[in-house]
Amino acid sequence: MNVPSAWYLILAAVLFGIGATGLLVRRNVLVMFMCIELMLNAVNLTFVTFARMLNDVGGQVDVFFVLVVAAAEVVVGLSIIVAMFRRRAAATADDIHGLKG
Amino acid sequence: MNAAYVIVALPLAGAIALLFAGCLPIRGPVGKVRDPWSGWLATAMTLGAFVATVWVWATQVGRSASGRSSDLNIFTWIPVGDLHVNFGLQVDPLSILWCLFVTGVGGLITLYSIGYMKGDPSFNRFFFYLNAFVFSMVVLVLADNYLFSFLGWEGVGFCSYGLVGFWFERNSAAVAAKKAFVTNRVGDFGFMIALFLMFKHFGSFNFSAVLGPLSAGHATLAASTATALTLLLLLGAVAKSAQLPLYMWLPDAMEGPTPVSALIHAATMVTAGVYLIARSAPIIHFSSSGQWTIAWIGAATALFAATIACNQNDIKRVLAYSTVSQIGYMVLGEGSGDYSAGIYHTVMHAFFKALLFLSAGAVIHALHDEQDMKRMGGLRKHLRITFPAFIIGYLALSAIPPFDGFWSKDTVLAAAFHKSPALWAVGVITAGLTAYYMTRQVILVFYGQARWADQSAAHGAAGHSAPPHEAPPTMTVPLVILSVASVLGWLLNAPFGGLDFINRWLAPVFPAAIAPSFAVHTGTKWIIGLVATAVAVAGVLSGIAAWRRQVDRPALEPAVLAHGWYIDEGIAAAVSGPLARTASDLSFEVDAKLVDGSVNGIARLAAESGRQLRRIQTGYVRNYALGIGAGAAVILFYVALRAGS
Amino acid sequence: MIQPLHLLGFLGQASPASSSGCTIAPGGFRVDGFCTDPGSLHIPVAYRSIIPVLVLTIGALVMLALSAVLPKRARPGLWPALTALVGAFSLAGAVWQWYDLGTAGAAQPTIGGQIFYDRFSVLFLILISIAVIFGALSADSYLRREGLDGIEAYILMLMSAIGAMLMAQSGSLIMLFLGLEIMSIALYVMAAYHRRRTQSGEAGLKYFILGSFSSALFLYGVALIYGATGSVEFGLIGNFLTGNVIANNGVLLGGMALVIVGLGFKVAAVPFHYWTPDVYQGSPTPFTGYMAAVAKAAGFAGLFRVLTQALGTQQANWRPIIWLMAVLTLGIGSVMAIAQKDLKRMMAYSSISQAGYVLVGLQAASATGTSGALFYLFTYIFVIVGTFAVIGLLQGRGEARSDLGVIRGLGRRQPLLAGVMLVFLLAQAGVPFTSGFLAKFYVIQAAVQRGQYWLAVIAMLAAAIAAFFYLRIALLMYSSDPAEPGPLPVDVPPADAGVLTLGLEPIASLDLETTLVIDPPSRGPVPVPLAVGAVLAVSAAFTIAAGVSSFAIDFAKQATTLF
Repeated sequence: MNVPSAWYLILAAVLFGIGATGLLVRRNVLVMFMCIELMLNAVNLTFVTFARMLNDVGGQVDVFFVLVVAAAEVVVGLSIIVAMFRRRAAATADDIHGLKG
Repeated sequence: MNAAYVIVALPLAGAIALLFAGCLPIRGPVGKVRDPWSGWLATAMTLGAFVATVWVWATQVGRSASGRSSDLNIFTWIPVGDLHVNFGLQVDPLSILWCLFVTGVGGLITLYSIGYMKGDPSFNRFFFYLNAFVFSMVVLVLADNYLFSFLGWEGVGFCSYGLVGFWFERNSAAVAAKKAFVTNRVGDFGFMIALFLMFKHFGSFNFSAVLGPLSAGHATLAASTATALTLLLLLGAVAKSAQLPLYMWLPDAMEGPTPVSALIHAATMVTAGVYLIARSAPIIHFSSSGQWTIAWIGAATALFAATIACNQNDIKRVLAYSTVSQIGYMVLGEGSGDYSAGIYHTVMHAFFKALLFLSAGAVIHALHDEQDMKRMGGLRKHLRITFPAFIIGYLALSAIPPFDGFWSKDTVLAAAFHKSPALWAVGVITAGLTAYYMTRQVILVFYGQARWADQSAAHGAAGHSAPPHEAPPTMTVPLVILSVASVLGWLLNAPFGGLDFINRWLAPVFPAAIAPSFAVHTGTKWIIGLVATAVAVAGVLSGIAAWRRQVDRPALEPAVLAHGWYIDEGIAAAVSGPLARTASDLSFEVDAKLVDGSVNGIARLAAESGRQLRRIQTGYVRNYALGIGAGAAVILFYVALRAGS
Repeated sequence: MIQPLHLLGFLGQASPASSSGCTIAPGGFRVDGFCTDPGSLHIPVAYRSIIPVLVLTIGALVMLALSAVLPKRARPGLWPALTALVGAFSLAGAVWQWYDLGTAGAAQPTIGGQIFYDRFSVLFLILISIAVIFGALSADSYLRREGLDGIEAYILMLMSAIGAMLMAQSGSLIMLFLGLEIMSIALYVMAAYHRRRTQSGEAGLKYFILGSFSSALFLYGVALIYGATGSVEFGLIGNFLTGNVIANNGVLLGGMALVIVGLGFKVAAVPFHYWTPDVYQGSPTPFTGYMAAVAKAAGFAGLFRVLTQALGTQQANWRPIIWLMAVLTLGIGSVMAIAQKDLKRMMAYSSISQAGYVLVGLQAASATGTSGALFYLFTYIFVIVGTFAVIGLLQGRGEARSDLGVIRGLGRRQPLLAGVMLVFLLAQAGVPFTSGFLAKFYVIQAAVQRGQYWLAVIAMLAAAIAAFFYLRIALLMYSSDPAEPGPLPVDVPPADAGVLTLGLEPIASLDLETTLVIDPPSRGPVPVPLAVGAVLAVSAAFTIAAGVSSFAIDFAKQATTLF
């Protein structure tokens, strides 16, 4: 079966959109965080697809960098979330709005 | 070492010394460092600058007319790219004339302040501001380029902010200071744009490069450029000199101590706009519409402010509106093309308005800070020096011959008549009104019943029961000097007997190429003078008739005039009416006294829109993310529109 | 199939021409097809181009190793001193690079096209090195006061500097992304560093979530540009776009838009600025200054590289976007600053408005505009680091207060400190004889040169509005104290006091003290540590010097190698 490349791009765009929407509508910080990961992986899919279309390894290499960065982000992000919510029962982003104006 | 440097250096040294004096562990008799010596220091510095100015003037007189202008570079602001500015002093007849009365009148006012401000807890700060003020003003007029001049311009604005709000504990003073500051920012904005336009067009800020070729007749300027520059500079001048439509800050600036009012009104700040117009004459020459605009703004302001002055009850506010009105005359004279007439009136006005303000200060001083004229009266018997001084100032301002005001106003009116009889008619009507409101003031303050006595009795305050006392010598000496100047000062430019010193002195600054001379027929001059005198006398007589016996005449005091045509209230309502509700419950707790409070106009608009916009910043992460997403969506939408096109 | 080794070959400079379907682009940096030639492994690394990055990396590693050997709280002042030393070496390296490059014009891509070695980069390397030195010196006393001293803050500072340097030097979008992430991840932690202040945690979390979001947008933009042009390297993208006239390719423009969003977030341009006030207010004060200096500079370096080097042919498409961002940034930053009552927050909005001027220089897309913007960024770090250092000194323990009242009467209590602060305020207001005036002058002049009079008018109007709140702070410093006896009143958000005892037990029993010590500043003078005093003195002196002489603008002009 021959799946046109454009479908991959559209799939990636949809995934990216789902991730972005999730970030906007969810309250749970961990879920928001997962949405960001989803967005990054959508980008990875885009990279790979383009690399395949262009017949260029560069795009595939870029994916590795993105993966590493995503992993680093997870580490730091989770630790910030833990440090922040250590003292709170609920973990929703809306509880945090002390700084405003 | 040229003495011109000294003119700038002395007030600066005084300001710096006073700034650091507060840190010194010197203690005066009353406890802190404030006592009279800081006042004497400030006075010595300003009068020293005056002496230096006289010295420079004397050396200039000894030279030929063309050799009187010299440019002294202080330092070069390191040339970077196409911006290279030499900061220097331009010593020429115009700048020295201005320096003479800025430092001279300024010095007298500083001397007077020693007595007036005695015992104020911020004595030092006051004299720091005074010296800084004189310094800024001297820089403004002596600078040899527009940018340096603009620095002095800003310095004057800053010092006035500090001085008007000197008693910032009073809310009204804080508001007035803010108003003065904001109004001046509007003007500064015009000035700034003019600077940029000028730099783009001439590639320089220097007077010699911008104005030199124009006034020498070597170059011309396109009418559109000239008009744009003229109007932008005029915007700056209008704000600084309190002309329509940006006059509102000046009457409110009465909140400062009285010597400050005298300084701002008579000698320094408000004449900066007049100076700017005079200095830019070569540019203005190429814009006919600009000249008409200047002339009509001057005439309209003169009339408008005079009507308001007729019904003020505060002794200082009457004088404040009269200042606005008189500056209108100066601007009218300049707009009519006779710059030396406008400048002549500026100098004369510096004498008699300083005299009037300082006398008014002595009255206020005598009555323990009473400013309402309806609570004065009968003071001529108590103030033996102040009374005649005030009368001299009054006669000069009312343009009764042979006092100062008559001669200078007559010159302005002659120029206005040459420009357009309509301008002249407005000027004559204003002259009548001026005589009327000043008569009213004199009668209310010095004649009739002594209404302050029953006021103080009614109040029952112990300190107020003593009869009014004459001011100390530091205050009366300046009054005497200024009185003499107000009686004889007109001889500086008398229109006969070859006494027109100012005209001849300024002739090199306004060559025929940019200020074509015109001659008003001698017969016409006589008629103009006689008409003006007749109108002034009529004003005086009607004032006497109206106010001789009564203190309250509601028929002659319509509320619309007492409220200054409701302009202030109207603007406040228009700008802030719908927003006032939120403004009140969002007041700042910390600096409410100094910077907050209700302000009219732009400050409120900006602050209020800031407060409204703060609601966007909700503190919720998802709202922020939504905002970022929305911004991204807008940009994506924009590129989508462009895609494929 | 792809052999791992040959992936490395892609990164390096491939040896020329080989058989077996391996084609090498004329530039010598790009390999198409699957190369099997073992010679393609050769990667020439021009080490001289990355000296400052190497210095900072090695310095950070050495410091980490030292901290493992030395006792936990070895010696107060050791780590900041070492950090400043590392920064100084890095600065020396960058200065050496400046002279090494000479006046060679066009950019030299090295290390597989990933790094640009030109004076534009070196200006930012110098700038970031200085920011590291200043940041370390001004953070020391703050961290000790707050009981937070330790090596971590300094390592984070070095890491973020490495990221920022890589951004400034980046030769490809992926390198730019890596630099951005290295910098950002360190900055997230720095924002959340004050573990006893809930506001600091909030700042870190907000910065992290929004920052990751914007990074994802940025990265998607990178992917789209890659898809449209077939490369992520700036030079190759530029070559492709000049060689192939594509009529406003939607994929390319979409990618460009998203890249602008991602970098616009980093430089806090409206409408991507929402995080700035919250993060600047919540972060530990010296870090705020450092962050404002470094993140903004690196973000603008990235914007300049992408927009002028890679997408220079698309000017017609991106200039309107940047124009609008500049107008919004100038207006909203100035107007909202007026309505603030917290000093840190006010300075945050002020920094937003300052970014607007740099955008004005960027959108001019000319040599004048670029050198004006570079001058702006370079002089701004001195101003902003100094401003926040002063605020940090005045706040009192636990950042007890940072409202405007804290600065009232400073002129009387500490004339010197107030004088230095006055210099910074005047510079931000754009008063002549400070660097701020020249900076504003040059960017506005660049706009005028492109005939954009309205933008110039708006910029001047924003300056006029902004002058109001700078002068307001200045006047507060020189107005007398209100005569209230005793310490100043403190308004601590109730959250700080109440929530501390709640929480999840197991983690709370770590060795952290969980109570925030709040000690409002006393009425008397605050002590000025020597290190902070030195930073302030140098910053103020530089601010004046750059305003009265031409060395800084000449420096910026020589660094304008993009045109």
